[in-house]
Amino acid sequence: MGHLIELRDVYKIYQMGDEAVHALDGVTLTVDEGEFVAIVGQSGCGKSTAMNIIGCLDVPTCGSYHLGGVDVSTMDDDQQAEIRNKMLGFIFQQYNLIPKLNVLENVELPLLYAGLSSSQRRARAMAALERVGLAAKHRNLPSQLSGGQQQRVSIARALAGNPSVILADEPTGALDSRTGREVLSFLQKLNAEGNTVVLITHDNTIAVKARRIVRLQDGKIIYDGDARDPKALVQPAEEEGEVGV
Amino acid sequence: MKMGQSFRLAIKSLLTSKMRALLTMLGIIIGVAAVIIIVSLGNGMEQYMNAQFEQVGVNLIQVMVFPTGTSREVEADDFYDLAEKYPQYLDSVSPYLSATAAVRQGADEYERTSVYGVSETFYNGEKNQTVNGESVAQGRFLSYVDVEREQKVCVIGAYLDQAMFQGKGLGGTLTIGGSPYTVIGVLKEKADSTEGSGDDVIYLPYGLAGQLGAGVGMQNYLVTSTSQETSSAAKGVIERMLYRIYQDEGAYMVMTMAEMMEMMDSMLGVLMTILVIIAAISLVVGGIGIMNIMLVSVTERTREIGIRKSLGAKGRDIRGQFIIEAATTSAIGGIIGILLGILLANLFTVLAGVLVSGAEGFAAIPTPGGIAVSFGVSVGIGVLFGYLPANKAAKLNPIDALRYE
Repeated sequence: MGHLIELRDVYKIYQMGDEAVHALDGVTLTVDEGEFVAIVGQSGCGKSTAMNIIGCLDVPTCGSYHLGGVDVSTMDDDQQAEIRNKMLGFIFQQYNLIPKLNVLENVELPLLYAGLSSSQRRARAMAALERVGLAAKHRNLPSQLSGGQQQRVSIARALAGNPSVILADEPTGALDSRTGREVLSFLQKLNAEGNTVVLITHDNTIAVKARRIVRLQDGKIIYDGDARDPKALVQPAEEEGEVGV
Repeated sequence: MKMGQSFRLAIKSLLTSKMRALLTMLGIIIGVAAVIIIVSLGNGMEQYMNAQFEQVGVNLIQVMVFPTGTSREVEADDFYDLAEKYPQYLDSVSPYLSATAAVRQGADEYERTSVYGVSETFYNGEKNQTVNGESVAQGRFLSYVDVEREQKVCVIGAYLDQAMFQGKGLGGTLTIGGSPYTVIGVLKEKADSTEGSGDDVIYLPYGLAGQLGAGVGMQNYLVTSTSQETSSAAKGVIERMLYRIYQDEGAYMVMTMAEMMEMMDSMLGVLMTILVIIAAISLVVGGIGIMNIMLVSVTERTREIGIRKSLGAKGRDIRGQFIIEAATTSAIGGIIGILLGILLANLFTVLAGVLVSGAEGFAAIPTPGGIAVSFGVSVGIGVLFGYLPANKAAKLNPIDALRYE
């Protein structure tokens, strides 16, 4: 069996006026089922672009991307939407819950677009809320919950569709350090249960919670290996040129 | 299922900003209410007119002759002969001349009184009914002898009986064109016994009306057909006779009540269509208002659209959501407009009864068809004008939409 995520020589080039910016400059990366990978790097290193491409929100300029063995790099918008719905669970920095919908309705959303019946939606959404310990708050509006609770709702939403990959984009960025740690340990727990987790962050102290670190700089992978290896945390450019930042 | 949620969301967002929702819907409300009122008034008017025609008698045929002076003139006897020849078509025939003579009783002059010269056949004794649908309350109608000898007698309407004689008009005397006339009959109240109404009327022998200068150079006859169905056959035989005499189709005009009814109905139909089209313009303006607000709403909810797309919403899901929202808004506007229209139509009915004399039978009646069409049109406008904003939402790039602050 192939890899769950397989990026092969992926480029993403934006045209900024006369200048061509290589946000991703020949990235080759594979992630297998059950892994917990952190994609790290400073802002502008291309990690957001990587997350967009892995999350099927964007297509590479060239190179191929296979998700679950399917080539998704040439799909149109609606096909990508279907892949996102079936295979990916997003956790965002800003939680991205819809304020007008209550907690249950928010968690039901991906199931709604998957075409499930209302009773199935409700059962699966409640089960997901149970897993994050917020089943009792299912009637509340997001604004009535704390930041940590809102992030847990967004995790429940990501889990509800039973995705192959959980994609977390700076999931602790908007939380205080204690709730941030809670969210991270929850992601570790999910990984321990067999879920594949891809974490995108700029913060080394968060990245080390993953089992594998992929470090990006200027659109290229400069390190890919075990999170416990001390070299994983070295940021060459930072050390040489930008000391004191 | 997705529709259900879109619908609930639409209701929710309408409720959270009631003022904005009301202003958005205002164009639709006014447009739909206007259409309902116009259709109701038209419907009421048609029914009222038909009722009026039926009161007069749908068998009535009006004949106007404009003598050319080049041949012999048609006479009342020609019509009597025709009626005898075609009893299956023609029921009664009477000259009907409108006289313009001064009517006096004592020192008072009655300027608005209608004076008609007719023959005894104008009145059917068995049915106690004139061709115009009046009946005799006291005394009798003109007789053959009265008409033949041109006796100075007359039959007066209920208004004149009251105004001139305080209800004791039978046997009284009044002057028409300077000559005294004896009242031999009083008609039953037909309209509302006011000056100038159907009760302010005098019938006298047609020969006398001719002398009073009635219809100079013109002759009028009222004919009744045996039934509404035979009226066109009756019209045919009258026209053939008149053509034989004058050899000129321009010398006469024969109009049946049935034809007039159709004519009035079709005229009213044209008028109503024009008014409804004008009202429909405000529906279009209302639709543009909805489009405007929907475009604002799409911008405001860019982030929500991004979230939905990231969770797997396809272009058509987003498009559907916004179209349903627009259609819901305009449908609710339509319902409010329908209720407002029905309310105003009833108000018009009451006002017409109070303010306009003789309009007692008038009622502005909203038709179920009109209501259904207005509702359908308002939903349709929502879909039509919601499409552009919805399509804009559907085409948003999820990455940009997610970053939108």
